[in-house]
Formats: sequence, structure tokens, C-alpha cells
Amino acid sequence: MIPLSHVLLLSGVLFSLSVAGIFINRKNVLLLLMCIELMLLAVNFNFIAFAYYLDDLAGQVFVFFILTVAAAESAIGLAILVVLFRERRTINVEDLDLMRG
Amino acid sequence: MEQTLLIIVLAPLLAAIVAGLGGRWIGRAGAHTITIAAVAVSCALSIKVLWDLLHGAPVFDGPVYTWLVSDGIPMEIGFLIDRLSALMMAVVTFVSLMVHIYTIGYMHDDPGYTRFFSYISLFTFAMLMLVMSNNLLQLFFGWEAVGLVSYLLIGFWYTRPTAIFANLKAFLVNRVGDFGFLLGIAGLVYLTGSLHYGTIFGQADSIAGNTFELIPGRAWSAMTVICICLFIGAMGKSAQVPLHVWLPDSMEGPTPISALIHAATMVTAGIFMVARMSPLFEHSETALSFVLVIGATTALFMGFLGVVNNDIKRVIAYSTLSQLGYMTVALGVSAYAGAIFHLMTHAFFKALLFLAAGSVIIAMHHEQDMRNMGGLRKYLPITYATSLIGSLALIGFPGFSGFFSKDALIAAVHESGLPGATYAYWCVLIGVFVTAFYSFRLLFMTFHGKERFDTSAHEAHGHEEHGHDEHGHDEHGHGHGGPPHESPWVVTLPLVLLAIPSVVIGWFTIEPLLFGGFFGDAIQVAPEHDVLERVREEFHGSAAFVLHGFTSPVIWLAFAGVAAAWFLYLYRPGLPARVRERFAPIYTLLDNKYYFDAFNEKILAAGGRALGHALWRGGDVALIDGAAVNGSARLVGWVSGVVRNLQTGYLYHYAFATIVGLSVLLAWLLLRT
Repeated sequence: MIPLSHVLLLSGVLFSLSVAGIFINRKNVLLLLMCIELMLLAVNFNFIAFAYYLDDLAGQVFVFFILTVAAAESAIGLAILVVLFRERRTINVEDLDLMRG
Repeated sequence: MEQTLLIIVLAPLLAAIVAGLGGRWIGRAGAHTITIAAVAVSCALSIKVLWDLLHGAPVFDGPVYTWLVSDGIPMEIGFLIDRLSALMMAVVTFVSLMVHIYTIGYMHDDPGYTRFFSYISLFTFAMLMLVMSNNLLQLFFGWEAVGLVSYLLIGFWYTRPTAIFANLKAFLVNRVGDFGFLLGIAGLVYLTGSLHYGTIFGQADSIAGNTFELIPGRAWSAMTVICICLFIGAMGKSAQVPLHVWLPDSMEGPTPISALIHAATMVTAGIFMVARMSPLFEHSETALSFVLVIGATTALFMGFLGVVNNDIKRVIAYSTLSQLGYMTVALGVSAYAGAIFHLMTHAFFKALLFLAAGSVIIAMHHEQDMRNMGGLRKYLPITYATSLIGSLALIGFPGFSGFFSKDALIAAVHESGLPGATYAYWCVLIGVFVTAFYSFRLLFMTFHGKERFDTSAHEAHGHEEHGHDEHGHDEHGHGHGGPPHESPWVVTLPLVLLAIPSVVIGWFTIEPLLFGGFFGDAIQVAPEHDVLERVREEFHGSAAFVLHGFTSPVIWLAFAGVAAAWFLYLYRPGLPARVRERFAPIYTLLDNKYYFDAFNEKILAAGGRALGHALWRGGDVALIDGAAVNGSARLVGWVSGVVRNLQTGYLYHYAFATIVGLSVLLAWLLLRT
């Protein structure tokens, strides 16, 4: 039996990795999207772990919802990315500063 | 009664509106018919009102309309018709009627004919509102309204820069006076809580008991402060030194206006107002002395200016100033009845002189410089005769109306014991000589001597060395030459009609007006100030007064003035130039009108401009625009310039901010307990 703390630790590490990925990555928007996916998965991991240890299916149901939303979000994100690339011929994060004040 | 009064006031207003707004449809004849008819109605009814009052009708004092009530102070339109106002109404409407008729001839070729009639009718309305009022607010309304019409009429020929300068000057100088006047009214309302004359006069004793502390630690008698403030208003309107500067310049207006507004009626509004306020002025000897000294200064020193001027209208204007000074002196020595008496006689003969000057100006094709006249006697017999009558009345030739009023006035000044009365007595005495001198100088230069005008090409002469004698030719100047000829009957008829009262009115009116208690309660004089009472002791009927006149120095001074004028301008015409050279400094001083204009323009106006410029640059542009408005905008801009650096536009910065925020919130949530 794997203790709960191990699982939580793993999800924490995954989450931290994805946060670090967002910051460290300065080049590729695609990587940003992947990192966001990873963050959601890390959170999902937490849900599943608690659902298992607390014997409560509600957590797993929640995971399905999150997965669905994450898939939709990825689809939209990738679509935006394609449009963006067509528009600007680049997906370099450094160049995407339209929101500068 | 009330309806009669309303008709008297409103008929000229109605005519003014019809002629002013509908002049295009009713035409020239329509405009002068309706305005003359209206003023004639006013005049007839005014005389009837005066007649009724003389035969025992009661004094009318009542409101006709309440405009509003503010803090318990009713602001009303109301009439106070006692003998003082009835006399003024009769004089105003009569002179106005004469001027209306005269205008038909004088303004015959002017493109602004209907406008002119509208204005003078409006003036009659405003002046009637002023004299008939029973409260200070309506008085002030009339006061401002006559000022407005005066402004419009001085600038009647609005294409002339000098006329525009003159009307602006008149308006601005009058504002200075009105400021004092308004303060005086405010002081009265403050102390009595009423605008109504009767109420205020009833509380005169309690006002006199009050003091104002204008400068901390120095208490002034409230009555003195109020009376001097009111008199400052009168100084503006009645052109007393030093607020007289607008009146000579007002001669830029058409001559009928000079006669009606700037000689006979409007400028006497100040005299009338002080006489009306006599119950107040009687309580303050300081204010009376102030009035006396100002009046005496005006009477003498403005007369001197008439001696050196060459513009026919300006000479009469200075004579008006001087005569207004006489009236003010009479007010100062509490001879209010004498002031009103002189006002009345002066209205007739000064209007006459002005209208006669206008007739000369028509004959000379709008030439006003007396040096280009001379010998007009045989061309303009009626004008000459009436001018002579007017001049004799003005200098106080025994038997003429001016004699009665001026002689009685000087006698009254002689009796007064107020501080400044001796100075005033000498001023008015010397003034008689000066008056006679400039009046006959005008008469001799215009009607006698060599003909100095050029009948063939009078338009060609250049302007003389005196830049200020802007006589200018009207845009409607007659083009035809030929010898001067007498004016049409519409011009000469008013001259004759005004000449009659100028001669005879003194005989009938001196006794009731000055000594017979004509004014009743309208004018109140404290017993210790009652100089007319002392003059009365030596009065034994008009004829005796005339005979007595020959024994007083006054008449001999007048004769000496006439003789001096004759000697200098007819007998030895080359002499004045030599005298001028000999006394060059004095001549320069007089020629520059004691430098009042220069002082006003160089110091007051320029100082005002400099102050305004400094406030504009320093206050408006630098402080308000620069610091307050643009400064706050710039501050916001600078702060947001700093803050906007936070918005880098990079996704990961936003994400980082989100996560940090989330962490902080979570930490707060966890650590809170």
C-alpha cells in the first residue's frame, strides 16, 4: 500500500514542474499549453488519491469533468495557436506582448 | 391715479418697442409719429398730475406690482408721486417732447432714423421710472436703464471709433459710480430691511445712531458712509469731479441726445437722487461737506475747460458740467429746493443751447469747430435769437430763468456755515465770471465776427492741430455747398418753445419753489441747515429780486465775463493767441483737461490692464491652467507611466502573478487560524 503522502508528493512535484515550465519556457506557446495540461493532471492526481483513500467516488467523477474541460480547453488553445501562427508567423512567447500596457 | 401713472410710464416704452422692432414696417414717418404721440401723451398727463398736486391732490405712494419677496424684503414696482417727482416728470417729458420733434429735422438723412426714435423713447421711459420710483430698487433700475440708453446713443454712429471709445468710457466710468451707489443701497437695506423710501426715511434717526467699522478699530457713522456711497453714484451719473471724464466725450453722440440726456435730464438724475434722499443727507454734515466741496470744484474748474475748447458742443458740455457743479453745491448746503430749481431752469436753457448748437451744426454741414464759423447771425436769425436767450439765461442775466436760480443758489451758499462753504462760495462766484466768458465766447465766435467758413469747399479743410477735437464728418454729411441757411421748422419750433420757459419760468416759480414750501415733505431740511430760510428773509417778490440782483457782485461778474469775451473775441481777435502764448503752461494744463484723461488712461486703465495681465499670466495660465488643471493631469500621467510597466504583455508574467497571488491567498487562509 502506497501511503497517501507519497502520492501527494508526486502530484506536488508534477505541479511544481509545470509551474517551472511556464516560467522557464520563453520560446514556445505549445509548451505553455502542455504545462497547463500537466498542472491540471497534477490536480487530478490529488483528486484520485483522495477519492481512493477516502473511498469517495465524487472525487473520481470530478476528474472526468476536469478531463473533459481540459480536452476542450486544449482544443480551443491549439486552434488559437494555429490562427496565431497564421497571423504572425511565429509562436515565440517573447513576441507575444500585445497586452503590454 | 394709478392708471394715469402707468400710462405716463408705459406709453413711451410701448412706442419704443414698436418703433424699435417694427421700424421696418411702419417706416420713418410711422416711427416718429408713434414715439412723438406717446411722449406727448406722457407730457400732457405729467403736467396734469403736477397741476392736480398743486391743487390739493394727495401724494400718491404705493406699489403697483410686487416682483418678489426675498427674506421679508418686498421688491416692488411702485410710484411715489409728490411735487418733487411730478416736477421732474413734467420737465423730463417736456424736454423729451421738444427733442423728439427736433430730431425729425436733425436726423432727417440718417439711416438709423427709426432706431434713434426708439432709443429716445426708451430713454424717456427709463427716466420716468427713475423719478417716479418709490423704492431704491426701481430707482436703481431706472438709473441703469438710462445709463444703458446713454451708452447706446453715444455710440449711435457705431462705425466711428471715437464714438465707440466714448460710449465705452461713459459706461465704465458710470460703473465706478454705480458701485458706490449699490453699496449705499445695500447699507440702507442692511440697516432698515426695506427698499421703500418712506420706511427708510422713517428710520433715519436709528440709521444715524449706527456705526460701521470698515477698518477694524475705526468706527464711522453709518449715515456718513451710506450718504457718501450714494453720492458717489450721483458723481458718476451727474459727472462730478473726478468721475466727470465721460461727459465731454459723450458729445460724440447726435446733438439731440446731448441736449436731452447729457444736459437736461439724465445727468441731473444724481441731483434728483440726492434731493430725494435729503432726509438721510441731513443727518450727516460730513457727507454734506463732501458733496459741497466736490460740487464747488466741478463748478469752477470744469468751467475753465470750456474757455479753451473750440468744439461748439464740447464747450456746452463743459458748461453743463459746471452747472451740475452748481446744483451739487446747492445740495451740499442743504438748499435742495435750490438745486431742483436750478435743475429745472437749466434743463430748459441748456437743452435750448444744445439744440441751437445742433441747428448751427446742420447749417455748417456737420462742422463743429467754432474757429471755422463766425458771422452766422444773419444766416440763422432764429437760431441766433434763441442762442442769445439761452446764453443770457445761462449767465444769469437779470430776469432770465437762470438768474433766479443761480442768484438764489449763490446767496444760499453764502449763508451756509458748513466746512468748505467759504471755498464753495468763492468757486461759484468766480464760476459766474467764467460761465459768462465762455458762453459769450461761444456766441461771438459762432454768430459774430468774420465769416471764417468756406462756403464752396467746406469739406476740404484739414483737421486742426488738436487731435482731441474730433468733430468728424458724419457719414451722411450733406454734399452741397452754398451759404448756410436757417433750419426747417421742426428744428426751430422746439428752440422757440424752449426759449419761452428759459426766459419766463424763473419769475413764476422762484417764490413757490424756493420759499413757499412747494416740495412739502418731499424734501426735508434740518432747521440748522436751512440756508434758504435765511435767503427768504431778503426776498420780497420776483421783481424786487431782479432789482436787488443789480446790487450784488454776481451780476457784475457776469457782465465782466461778457465784456471780457467781447474784448478778446470781437474787439481784438488777435489777442487770445497772444494770451495763450503768454500763459502757455496754464493753457497746456487746461488743454489737457487737467490730465484727468491721461491719468485714467495711463495709470488706471494701464494699471488695470497690467494687473489683469499679471493675473492672467500668473493666476490663470500658470496657477490654474498650469498647476491645477494640466498639473494634475500630468501627475496622473506620470503615475500611470510607472504603473504600466507592470503590464509587460508576457503570459508567463501574468501566470506568475496569478500563482503568487494564489499562494498568498492560500497562505493567508492557512495561517489565519
